[in-house]
Amino acid sequence: MAIVTEAPKAGFRLSMLIYDTRYRSITIQIVVLLLFMAGAAWLVDNTVRNLQALGKDFNFSFLWNRAGYDINQRLVEYTNDSTHGRALLIGLLNTLLVAAMGCVTATIIGVFVGVLRLSKNWLVARLMTVYVEVFRNVPVLLWILIIYAIFTEVMPAPNAFRGEAATSSMVLFDSFAFTNRYAAAPEPLFSRSLGNIDIGIFLISIDLLAIIAAITGGILVNRAIKAHATRVQEATGVRPVTWWKSLLVLFGPLLVVLFALGFHLGYPELRGFNFVGGTLISNSLMALWLALSVYTGAFIAEAVRAGILAISHGQSEAAFALGLRPGRTMNLVILPQALRVIIPPLISQYLNLTKNSSLAIAVGYLDLRGTLGGITLNQTGRELECVLLMMLIYLALSLLISAAMNVYNNSVRLKER
Amino acid sequence: MTKSVFLGTVAAAGLCAGFASAATLDDVKARGELNCGVTTGLVGFAAPDANGNWSGFDVDVCKAVAAAVLGDATKVKYVPTTGQTRFTALASGEIDLLARNTTWTFSRDTDLKFTFVGVNYYDGQGFMVRKDLGVTSAKELEGATVCIQTGTTTELNLADFFKTNNLSYIPVAIETNAEGEQQYLAGACDTYTTDASGLASTRAALADPENHVILPEIISKEPLGPLVRHGDDQWADIARWTLNALIAAEEYGITSANIDELAKGTENPEINRMLGNEGDLGAMVGLDAQWAYRAIKASGNFGEIFAANIGESTPIGLARGLNAQWTQGGLLYSPPFR
Repeated sequence: MAIVTEAPKAGFRLSMLIYDTRYRSITIQIVVLLLFMAGAAWLVDNTVRNLQALGKDFNFSFLWNRAGYDINQRLVEYTNDSTHGRALLIGLLNTLLVAAMGCVTATIIGVFVGVLRLSKNWLVARLMTVYVEVFRNVPVLLWILIIYAIFTEVMPAPNAFRGEAATSSMVLFDSFAFTNRYAAAPEPLFSRSLGNIDIGIFLISIDLLAIIAAITGGILVNRAIKAHATRVQEATGVRPVTWWKSLLVLFGPLLVVLFALGFHLGYPELRGFNFVGGTLISNSLMALWLALSVYTGAFIAEAVRAGILAISHGQSEAAFALGLRPGRTMNLVILPQALRVIIPPLISQYLNLTKNSSLAIAVGYLDLRGTLGGITLNQTGRELECVLLMMLIYLALSLLISAAMNVYNNSVRLKER
Repeated sequence: MTKSVFLGTVAAAGLCAGFASAATLDDVKARGELNCGVTTGLVGFAAPDANGNWSGFDVDVCKAVAAAVLGDATKVKYVPTTGQTRFTALASGEIDLLARNTTWTFSRDTDLKFTFVGVNYYDGQGFMVRKDLGVTSAKELEGATVCIQTGTTTELNLADFFKTNNLSYIPVAIETNAEGEQQYLAGACDTYTTDASGLASTRAALADPENHVILPEIISKEPLGPLVRHGDDQWADIARWTLNALIAAEEYGITSANIDELAKGTENPEINRMLGNEGDLGAMVGLDAQWAYRAIKASGNFGEIFAANIGESTPIGLARGLNAQWTQGGLLYSPPFR
């Protein structure tokens, strides 16, 4: 007996927005979104009205005005006649410089310490634990200040290098001088320079491009030689000797290019108050770089350790059973697999390091925060514009680093076939 | 960090929405306290002692305004500001008055929307070096490392001076005077440059002032004075005329010693008007008749304040120079109280 009951009419009532589970989550989302947008609108409206009340406008034309201040550490040409926009560029390049240098050294430190912390050698493992715990648990600003203070107070002033009775002397065949202001290093000079290309914003040295081309070419050819050697090995079982070929293609073209350009070093020498000639690397840059490296290195070490511990012990046992020595086991078996676990936290450490570089202001290193967010902001009084612009730039920078690292992450990811 | 600065700015702007437009005088009276922006510490101008009591040349301006408005020179909350934070603090309403050896410039007055209420110290930028460097002129500073406070006019003057004289230099950016002093003493810079008065103050506080010299060149005009926000003319008037009262008091010989005597009435109608025995000048700026009496009474007239904090009998030892009364060949000149 089949009883056909009429389904109740699916009428829609407003209360269903709350009581009906089909609609409830959408209702909540819409309400939250509306509240969020209202909050954002309130902030914007408030800012606009207050700017009006203060009689201030909102425009970025100040970026094209003369900056009028000097910057000591810079990668491209800048004088006090340059614009605020160019000062921004100098700051951005300084940020990128210290971030790039910091990421490289922090990674090297992190990988070494992370691996060594798992060492069976009791002393080495404990020392690494001490390093990680000390550097990870003290604010990075303090490390920056401490390292900078050591540079400033312990190193000799340039004056100490002067005269017959000098109390300090230059090192490495009189080519390096470490002072309480900067490290003076020799600079590369080319007597038959090819000049520069002007790409609008700054000049690019053709010499540098030629050297990069020689190095890249060498590396590519070397790779081809190795691939060929592997093919021969797979076909015949004997690997041809390649080391002299590698050496030749890696360094031959480079030496030829350097010779053709008339490469020589310009040594720094003490003249007047300071060293001139050579490259001066300011202590603020070195202190910031060192502090960011050792601080972030401690976090990376933990990520590396976690990555290694995540690999099943069976992997190393299998590798040992095949007769691989511990070093090769680590390099060929454990680390490549651990990378999958290490890369995601590594990305966020790189982002942290880049953003932490804005602490440069504490030691007077003029990065983006120092030029745009510091001096320019102060001299022009355009707080809102400068801070917004600075936020946008840091945001873009972080997203770019994330994107690049994600591409790398995808390339080392477990490939499922 | 960047984010928090922005959010802070937005939040401050938001919280002070009604603040900036309302009359500062009413706010100060309702609060019962004057928020006065000063330096983070420059001996003689504004520095706290071991007990946290502020004193100095700029501090006395704060005290005079508090005395005029609130009737009590101690009702001041001193807000230490750096060269970088001072303008934001004033614009956002965190402070009512900025008395922090700040140079009066065109763009600060117009573009930054502040009102300078006068000049309490006519200064110029100088250089301090160690005596054993053997430098006698700023023009011998070719290639020198120079410590410089960021966010100041001195930073721009420095660039201009070295450019005009075709000299090169290495700037070292520092945040506060204390930091500059430390860098200079550590030899991280060859010379420290700031306003000559600030140099004199810094030098006086060193352990061995005799080993440091201030070079003779004064490379800029630095009229230092207190300032307030644009848009509240009554408050600007109060600050301006309080400062003028201090200056005029010296001109007319009103001192903290004889002010009680003079307040009983004198032959000089201008003194009578200032001290509230004649006319109703106080009511015109929204204060009572005794405002100027209290302002002068707080720390004395301009000359007394100068002598007590930075004058020749103090370790800072600044001569009056340009800061003498116009009758003595200086630039101090108060408009008439009438």
